[in-house]
Amino acid sequence: MGFEWIKIPYSLLTLFIVVNYGLLLNALIAKIAARVGRRHGIPIWQNYVDMIKNYGLRTSITHGVMFYMGPVFRLSGGVGLLLFVPTIYGSVMFSNLSFAGDLILALYFVFFGTLGMALGAGESGHPYAAIGVSRGLAQVTAAELPFALAVFAVALQYETLSVTEIVAAQQGSYLNWTLFTNPFAVAAAMLSFLGSMMRPPFDVVLAPQEIPIGPPTEYHSSYLALMQTNRAIFPIAKMVVYMNLFFGGAVSWPIFFVKIFLIYMVSVLVGVVFPRFHVEHSVRWFLIWAVPLGVIAVAIV
Amino acid sequence: MDKKTHKDPAKTSAELPSVDLNPPEVQPQKPPAPPAERTIELPEELRKRTVKGPGGVEIEVEPLRDYYCEAPPTVMPAAYSKIVEDLFNWARAESIWILGFGTGCGAIEMRPLMTPRYDAYRYGIQWRPTPRQANLFVISGYLSVKTLKRAIRSYEQMQNPKYVVGLGSCTINGGMYWDSYNTIKRLDEYLPVDLYITGCMPRPEALLAGFMDLKRMIRAGEAEGANKYAEYFDWYKANQKRVIKDWDMPDYSW
Repeated sequence: MGFEWIKIPYSLLTLFIVVNYGLLLNALIAKIAARVGRRHGIPIWQNYVDMIKNYGLRTSITHGVMFYMGPVFRLSGGVGLLLFVPTIYGSVMFSNLSFAGDLILALYFVFFGTLGMALGAGESGHPYAAIGVSRGLAQVTAAELPFALAVFAVALQYETLSVTEIVAAQQGSYLNWTLFTNPFAVAAAMLSFLGSMMRPPFDVVLAPQEIPIGPPTEYHSSYLALMQTNRAIFPIAKMVVYMNLFFGGAVSWPIFFVKIFLIYMVSVLVGVVFPRFHVEHSVRWFLIWAVPLGVIAVAIV
Repeated sequence: MDKKTHKDPAKTSAELPSVDLNPPEVQPQKPPAPPAERTIELPEELRKRTVKGPGGVEIEVEPLRDYYCEAPPTVMPAAYSKIVEDLFNWARAESIWILGFGTGCGAIEMRPLMTPRYDAYRYGIQWRPTPRQANLFVISGYLSVKTLKRAIRSYEQMQNPKYVVGLGSCTINGGMYWDSYNTIKRLDEYLPVDLYITGCMPRPEALLAGFMDLKRMIRAGEAEGANKYAEYFDWYKANQKRVIKDWDMPDYSW
């Protein structure tokens, strides 16, 4: 099987669209959250300005090799997740580098960035970073369990590990979506989704008011800008996986934008209503409410 | 020291002229006579010691040398191209991250800025919990000598370019703490101040007006406090050491 080189510029185009959409979407979400608190909120282009500012700082210091690699791992987790999953179903241009077993790779990439961050933040030597990372890993692991169960259920249901084929099986009518054919899996996955979006009630890891900002305590200038770039890519990439697995994928960019926005709004709405959980609370919450749903989903398939 | 000219505290922040970045009046070549050598007992965690590693390996730890950078800061040049530097200056002006460190009672005037009434976020101003990510240090009101020590270390951990705003009359001439035994009187002897916002207390509107002035200065490339600090490092250090009696930290902590 030959490799089609044209896929590389096509994938970069996908990446470009997603980065810009992510930056604007993040600002829009911040604005929505601000409006809930009756504030005006940040300007819609604020994320771009912040990134230029951070790339433009004149000094930066390092704590060692892993300190450099942390944001790089994090970014490659986001980019990798995005590139190995088809963004637009049925489009040659935007099916990216997807292949037969990409579902497993996607699962791996979801976790990859967090691990990279753990290494980087650990090297920074700041106690808050270490506490933040251990909290983050505990919470992400707990949130990952129901998601993994949901993915198993979906893979069993469609008898494939290819995201493209899973999307193909959901075409035709919205009643074919996994949301309706296997609601337990979707419920478990959406609860897990809340936990991995770094929004309240599960944002104690990164919350500035807790141990100051957790893992990125020591990160600044270009390192922080890399991580901000990832903050634009990673949620979108993750939602692309969700959209493909559970909500019928997208056949064009407008549908993609709308679906991603709506999936994001789930976590935003929950976030503006509920206060923050402690990590031990959220771990318990995932194990009590989300994991059984995942087990049921696997059991009834 | 207190007789020297400084910016008129009677002016409101809106009337403040664009702050001159001239070197301090005192010549840096002649720092005030440093105090006689004092021997200060270092706290236990900063003393040199030997630690036993997991494999029975003995590691010698000298915290002041191992955990901190001793090299003094250097003057950082602007970007090579003027267009790029202008772009960066615009971005710096539109994205001001304030260090969330309330050094005095004036910090209470920053809270309304975060909340719906005055909402500073719409101007690209936000608060960061760590000095690494912050660009603006607001010295909010009186600064006791104990806090000055922390303020210096926080300031030095911020990355170039960085700005300092003195809030309230206490940072200009000591204000109502003029004859206090444990507060400093003129902030710009210890840290390079870009802008003062006068009043006791200044209203949140005055703070917003001050931030707008600061934005104009940053965009014009006038807010070079970090480079000024690097250039007159010895002078600032001598001033700092004159008031901080228990100097048990490295001269420069990044």
